[in-house]
Amino acid sequence: METAKIKVVLAGNPNSGKSTLFNSLTGLRQKVGNYPGITVEKKTGSCFLDEKTKAEITDVPGAYSLYPKSIDEKVAQQVICNKKDKDYPQVTVVVADATNLRRSIFLITQIIDLKMKVVLALNMVDLSLKQGIIIDVSKLSQQLQIPVVAINARKQEGIKKLKEAIIEANLQGTATSFFDVRTLFKNIIEETNTLRKSDNDYGSFLALCMQEVNSKNKLHSEFNILSKEHQFIPSRAQAQETIRRYKKIDTVVDFCSTKMQIKANRSITKWLDDVLIHPVFGYFIFLGVLFLIFQAIFSWSAYPMDLIDNWFTDLSIWVATTLPQGVFNDLLVKGILAGLGGIIIFVPQIAFLFAFIAFLEDTGYMARVGFITDKILRVFGLNGRSIIPLLSGAACAIPAIMSARTIVSWKERMITIMVTPLMSCSARLPVYTLIIAMIIPSDQSCGPFNLQGLVMMAFYLLGFLAALGTAFIMKFILKAKERSYYIMEMPSYKIPDWRTVIYTIVEKVKVFLFDAGKVIIAISIILWFLSSYGPGNHFEKIETKWAGQEKAETHIAAEKLEASYAGMIGKSIEPAIKPLGFDWKIGIALITSFAAREVFVGTMSTIYSVGDNSNIQSIRERLESVKNPDTGKVFFTTPVGISLMLFYAFAMQCMSTLAIVRRETNSWKWPVVQFVYMGVLAYLSSFISYQLLN
Amino acid sequence: MQNLSCIALGKEYIIDSINDSQLAQKLLEMGCTPGEKVVVERKAPFNDPIAIVVSGFMLSLRKEDAEKIIVKQL
Repeated sequence: METAKIKVVLAGNPNSGKSTLFNSLTGLRQKVGNYPGITVEKKTGSCFLDEKTKAEITDVPGAYSLYPKSIDEKVAQQVICNKKDKDYPQVTVVVADATNLRRSIFLITQIIDLKMKVVLALNMVDLSLKQGIIIDVSKLSQQLQIPVVAINARKQEGIKKLKEAIIEANLQGTATSFFDVRTLFKNIIEETNTLRKSDNDYGSFLALCMQEVNSKNKLHSEFNILSKEHQFIPSRAQAQETIRRYKKIDTVVDFCSTKMQIKANRSITKWLDDVLIHPVFGYFIFLGVLFLIFQAIFSWSAYPMDLIDNWFTDLSIWVATTLPQGVFNDLLVKGILAGLGGIIIFVPQIAFLFAFIAFLEDTGYMARVGFITDKILRVFGLNGRSIIPLLSGAACAIPAIMSARTIVSWKERMITIMVTPLMSCSARLPVYTLIIAMIIPSDQSCGPFNLQGLVMMAFYLLGFLAALGTAFIMKFILKAKERSYYIMEMPSYKIPDWRTVIYTIVEKVKVFLFDAGKVIIAISIILWFLSSYGPGNHFEKIETKWAGQEKAETHIAAEKLEASYAGMIGKSIEPAIKPLGFDWKIGIALITSFAAREVFVGTMSTIYSVGDNSNIQSIRERLESVKNPDTGKVFFTTPVGISLMLFYAFAMQCMSTLAIVRRETNSWKWPVVQFVYMGVLAYLSSFISYQLLN
Repeated sequence: MQNLSCIALGKEYIIDSINDSQLAQKLLEMGCTPGEKVVVERKAPFNDPIAIVVSGFMLSLRKEDAEKIIVKQL
């Protein structure tokens, strides 16, 4: 049987239930990618509309209009307005929030005027009924001259009808225009039509309004001349048009909906806001929520992480002993499997983090957190919207940096991206754990608190303060490209949709595994090569030297590493890191940490020739017994430990983050600046602390 | 004429105009058009940002932006 394909774009305001509808329509048959050249996430999926028609659905970022402000909104505008775009839809489905009909249908009236085939999916009708608003769907459909379908995206009601409407809309012609822009700008529209060889009035109007944004348009100079001639000022024209369009929308909304006087109950949203954004309690509740998230990330995810760790250890042992010995076996176990394990072990933490963030966002709480923190963050050149990336940075900087996309102001977004990696991510956790265990006795306490725990917390706090401090300095260095705004809808509180939460987790984990995973695997292989091979015949000499002796394997491993390329690099940087209290062995660990910081633990265990990599206890004991060759005393003293932890707190030792920053900023300049400033910060703070403490 | 940043909580006003073309673009498309009723619903600590209810939904914006929104009494 032959299937027909229809290209469908899903558009709508933020918080209109667009993502929920997308999930209902496509299920897990979705792909998340990026629009070429820019960093906006692109979600596509497919579903069957009936037995013989398949829809390819593109979910464009939420927008209020076709006048783009942020990069996210620009994508929506480009896909819908550009006939040459490969996602240009045959049918556009606009999701509208029935409780906000007036604002929700603004976007669809613009799309109607572009002479496109549209279907209006009216969502949350049940909620609007509760507010006493009754919307007559057939009247609305008549007025707009388009199919209107009432749906409930969460309960998956009306989906079948919506699918039928899409097929029908595709067969039918387009609606006549909703608002005739000629009533305002007749002459210039006609001339622009001629220039563009088009009869699409509204398309011409948008092209004129967007002339400054789309300066690459080949008609750019002609538009400029025309605008001067007709005294057409884009921003003013746009405002004029918006006001007139809303006037017309008002008459439609009045005609199609009746407002019943219901007993004015104080809404749940108001009650919750009294508490959640209370000037005092609001902050305490927020801190409580943070505490819960950290608990989840650090304690709850420990169980699945241990499982994964054990599983990978078993797998490595199995592979190492089952497959024939040789280079391939070595590469598989020490290069690929080690790298893979290092990535997958973070999946539980990332899943927990995004479960919380998706949950908090879906309830409407995140907008409130922005509300109570914007003023404070603004002092540091950040924005209420920066709070999500900063918090996420405590799990992993990679998804955190991606979540900075919603920040409209270029400057605030850049600062957020630049400082987020200073937040102590989960990869630093194993490093901190190991070093703290070595330098601080576990029975020592400070009041009722365990001293080890306090030091750990201090390092997390340090990361946060460093992020704020750096942001504050960058605020004076970066030049703003545009005015900073913090205009954010505060949606009514909702019980989160579990499906949305689950889809978000799956999506973020996928991005982490595939985007970051590729880099980490590649670096793991390079590091494996550097530490497994060395120049000349040193390796053979070592083997013959220890042949037949007791504990030969551990000695050989240690000496081989010293003679390897990695060992050579470690030794060559030793003079530079000696003032920080590090020796060449730590130097090797610093270098291998560029794959991922947690590699530190594994590298240290190899260097100090501990047979069993998985057991931190044994690594610790081994490291504690290491003597300083100059003094003959313990090598890992408190000053060395603190210096090492400071270095890990500040240095940009994460290739994947650099790769993501490069992708998000579209230039190598930012990751390089980030690498340098964080490196300098790390070096100086380690240097100062070691020199002072030692 | 008063601006939105200095009016009392909970009292209904009408939007008269927005004195900033960039800000206007953003607010207009969200339905904050002249003639719409507006109520200052809440204020964050230090009275900044503020949350307003306009056209049936709640919106938060900074004080410096609220200053650009001119309102008149009902």
